[in-house]
Amino acid sequence: MAHKNFKTIGIGVTFSPNLKANIYEASRLAMVFQSKLLLIHVGDVSEEKRQKFETILQPFIVDGLVAQVVFQPGKPVDAILESVVKQKIDLLILGAVKRESFLKYYVGSIARKITRNVSCSVMLLINPSIERVQCKHIVVNGLEDKKTEQTIATAFVVATALASDKITIVEEISHDKVGTVEDTKSLRKTNLLKEKIKRQEETRVQTILSHIPDAHKKNQNIATQAIFGKRGYSIGHYAQVVRADLLVMNAPEKTGFFDRLFPHDIEHILTELPNDILIIR
Amino acid sequence: MSPKKNNLSGFFKALPKNIFSGFVVSLIALPLGLGLAMASEAPPIAGIIAAVVGGVLVSILGGSNVTISGPGNGLVGVLLVAITTLGIEGAYAAIICSGILLILLGFLKMGKLADFFPSSAIQGMLAAIGLIILGKQFHIMMGNKLSLDGSIAYLLEIPSTIVGVFKYTDSGLIFAAIAGVSSLFIMAFYGKIRNRFLQLVPAPMWIVLIAIGISYYYELVLQQPNPVSPEYMISGIPAPAQIINEIPTPNFSAIASGPFWLSVLALTLISSIESLLSIKAVDKLDPQKRRSNVNRDLKALGLATIGSGFLGGLNVVTVIARSSVNVNNGGSNRSANFAHASFLVIFIVLFSSQLTRIPLPALMAILVYTGYKLASPKLIRKLFSIGKEQLIIFFTTLLVTLFVDLITGIVAGVVMTFIIHVIINKGATIFFRNVMKPNVLMFQEKATGTYYISVKHFCSFLNFYKLKQKLDDIPENKDVVIDFSLCQFVDHTVMENLNGYREVFLKRDGHFDVIGLDLHGTESAHPFALRRFVPGLQKKGSTLTKRQLTLSEIAKDFNLQYEAEKLNDTHFLDSYRFFRTKKIERVYNRLFTGESTFKIFDVNYSEGEFIAKEEVKSTMLHIKLDEKIPTFTLDREGFLEKVSLLAGFKDIPIDNHSDFTKRFYLKGQNEASIKEFFTDELVIFFESNPYYHIESNGEALLIYSKERIAGIKEIKSLRDFGVRLEATITSIKLQPVEIF
Repeated sequence: MAHKNFKTIGIGVTFSPNLKANIYEASRLAMVFQSKLLLIHVGDVSEEKRQKFETILQPFIVDGLVAQVVFQPGKPVDAILESVVKQKIDLLILGAVKRESFLKYYVGSIARKITRNVSCSVMLLINPSIERVQCKHIVVNGLEDKKTEQTIATAFVVATALASDKITIVEEISHDKVGTVEDTKSLRKTNLLKEKIKRQEETRVQTILSHIPDAHKKNQNIATQAIFGKRGYSIGHYAQVVRADLLVMNAPEKTGFFDRLFPHDIEHILTELPNDILIIR
Repeated sequence: MSPKKNNLSGFFKALPKNIFSGFVVSLIALPLGLGLAMASEAPPIAGIIAAVVGGVLVSILGGSNVTISGPGNGLVGVLLVAITTLGIEGAYAAIICSGILLILLGFLKMGKLADFFPSSAIQGMLAAIGLIILGKQFHIMMGNKLSLDGSIAYLLEIPSTIVGVFKYTDSGLIFAAIAGVSSLFIMAFYGKIRNRFLQLVPAPMWIVLIAIGISYYYELVLQQPNPVSPEYMISGIPAPAQIINEIPTPNFSAIASGPFWLSVLALTLISSIESLLSIKAVDKLDPQKRRSNVNRDLKALGLATIGSGFLGGLNVVTVIARSSVNVNNGGSNRSANFAHASFLVIFIVLFSSQLTRIPLPALMAILVYTGYKLASPKLIRKLFSIGKEQLIIFFTTLLVTLFVDLITGIVAGVVMTFIIHVIINKGATIFFRNVMKPNVLMFQEKATGTYYISVKHFCSFLNFYKLKQKLDDIPENKDVVIDFSLCQFVDHTVMENLNGYREVFLKRDGHFDVIGLDLHGTESAHPFALRRFVPGLQKKGSTLTKRQLTLSEIAKDFNLQYEAEKLNDTHFLDSYRFFRTKKIERVYNRLFTGESTFKIFDVNYSEGEFIAKEEVKSTMLHIKLDEKIPTFTLDREGFLEKVSLLAGFKDIPIDNHSDFTKRFYLKGQNEASIKEFFTDELVIFFESNPYYHIESNGEALLIYSKERIAGIKEIKSLRDFGVRLEATITSIKLQPVEIF
């Protein structure tokens, strides 16, 4: 399966202290992916606002960025979702919020609703900055899922574009798969089983890797790692532990009310972002 | 991972040892069973029935290897309440119901239940149980039977009982008190005497034997009645036929009442906690490094409890003191538990009439000692050193248990722990926000094979089971790193449990490191417990004792270095057979050469657990050799070795040296290479030098003479012996092996 192309990148903009940093980050991404950038502002058309946005965009437009400001009236969540569909946006960029005094980030309620319901890929930025920060290490999930191949392929494209030089593919082995250790006998059994699952996972990931074009793989330090923990959550924990710069993940299946009440998969990650996250849809 | 062993032949090979060990255990189980039952105000035989049923069923169906099951001391308080409120038949019904609940717990895989209780709260609860036992039995031990209301009243009455003893005019009572107090002395000082013949019989059995002996002495030699007042003799030990005829019928009439279920709940809670804690502790002692299946054990214990209840016995739990005696006497599989039950049956069948010769105060002294050990001041001192907040939790649980009841007590302990955690963290958000999150990540690092575990947010008794589950997945011979740097709060329960894991990993050739806690001190005010994890070294510059000063002088004389401080790494001793069933506390007062290849040191270690725990200090010599030699143990051949020959141990004979074979007891795995290693020269060296216990682990020698701290002169001769032995071994190795 081929990787995703990000032809149109969208970012929601309001007049906040982070405005300039957000636009700079989005513009840089649009430049490396050679995409069109859409600034979506929730509200009625206003020439004055457009002027302000375009002033910030100016240095990039000089360098050849194709950008456009879109005004979409309505409630924030609905407005953004609507323009994503209308403008055929492939990648939506959202900013995370820093939790009080801690060095912890989470996705605010509006951004969270958008992330759950939007039909395109999403990039969640924890620390937008005006200066460019080099991305060095990308962690991508390798779990057994039909979307995984596309996700890994996209991760390689992104890595090449961002000139990041290390990719770790993480296979999450869930506890239910290996069973509980009760005594010496089951310890031996589960460890044999674990080794077997690890080998299977490894083979699966290697097959996926063999489909990735060599051009994307060269200059990459590729590693695989099996981790034991909760699916969809522990990968964030892992990314934090290895100090990755970007985590690339599959989009979750449709989540309902109960999934939010009993959080799983991506819901956990949204409450505490380890680093920038790219969710591929 | 070790390959699967051939079970059946190994089982039969180990059978004689296990039967022997089961016999020794039954010696301690008999008086304890009688005493625990009487303390619960059940018929004395109820304790033996529980031990027999437990021993048979758990040994067949259980999931642990070296544990012993029987009536537990933790249950005394709860059983007492159950029997007084429900009557003995009603209590049997409650026991049966708690057995059913235990089986349920086993099927629900609730072996992790004990992890959900803060360790200080559990200790508070156990201390309360200890005080309940001690308070009640102390009076009987002193020959002053009382009937008071509530366990506090019994405790408060202790001083007046002590004063009352000196006012006794009835000689029967005076002798009762003498029997009680002297038994207490036997219990307290038994561990201090390191005589192997004396140690062959456990202290409680000595009390029984001496009591019966005195009774016969009065009857046969002095032709007088037993001086102890008849009402202070054990009564109501039925004959075997009577036991079968008089099996009580459990009375389920109270099954719809609240107090009934409260008792059932308390019985289940205490028996599961006591069993789970015991299994965990005994697993650490298992020389074969096996891991017990706690869930299967819970099911077996539940079934045994049901059977015991129907036959007129008490709850069956895994008991720590008896299990540790089992390990120390060479028990290696479940047949020891079975043998212990069989010997109890034999005792009752053959000697049930003799048991009525035991004075009650003597038996109760055993329980008073048990109670004291549960609530020992040492425990409070230890908790205080960990942190004052642990003392608050401890005393909350203890007092509420004493004044209200056990369930309320443990609940109060849990609540108090949580409140303290909230106060320390200045809010409960960290707990509520994160308690449901899967906060533990584990992966095996590819390059080194090390298991890395990272814990986020907080780690306390509330969510320790998540970390525990990951830890249990790791074979103990692997390396583990636990990183708490993303974790804001780690509580005492977790640290204590991790320390338990650390001991197991180190003992089984693994490594266990906890990292990322250094930061905590600076980041926020963390509980004392955190920094208590690595117990600090002895204060530098503290005054040295006279012996230590002399040791440092000797060090200069012999060109050795001397360090009085405690050595944290005692790992080099783990590979010796001698230490397999022992727990090394610390190594200190070291005299050593530059590269530490030759070192003399004092070592503290303990044998057994709980009331069977004996702390031993000894001086040993450790020589690391340049070349590999066979593993063996060399000891003086004595009476005990001749006995153990019968039990399946083997002495390796050295040809042409019958004197050596007669005087020394040599054992080891590889007989051929040992025979080759013991050349004429070496044999003559041993024959013409003083006896030392010598053990080789293949690379190094461990030499000591007695299980006590050596004096200065003994250290000098130990050094001399070691130097010459090393020289002899080296010269043998230098010679070409094949001369012809």
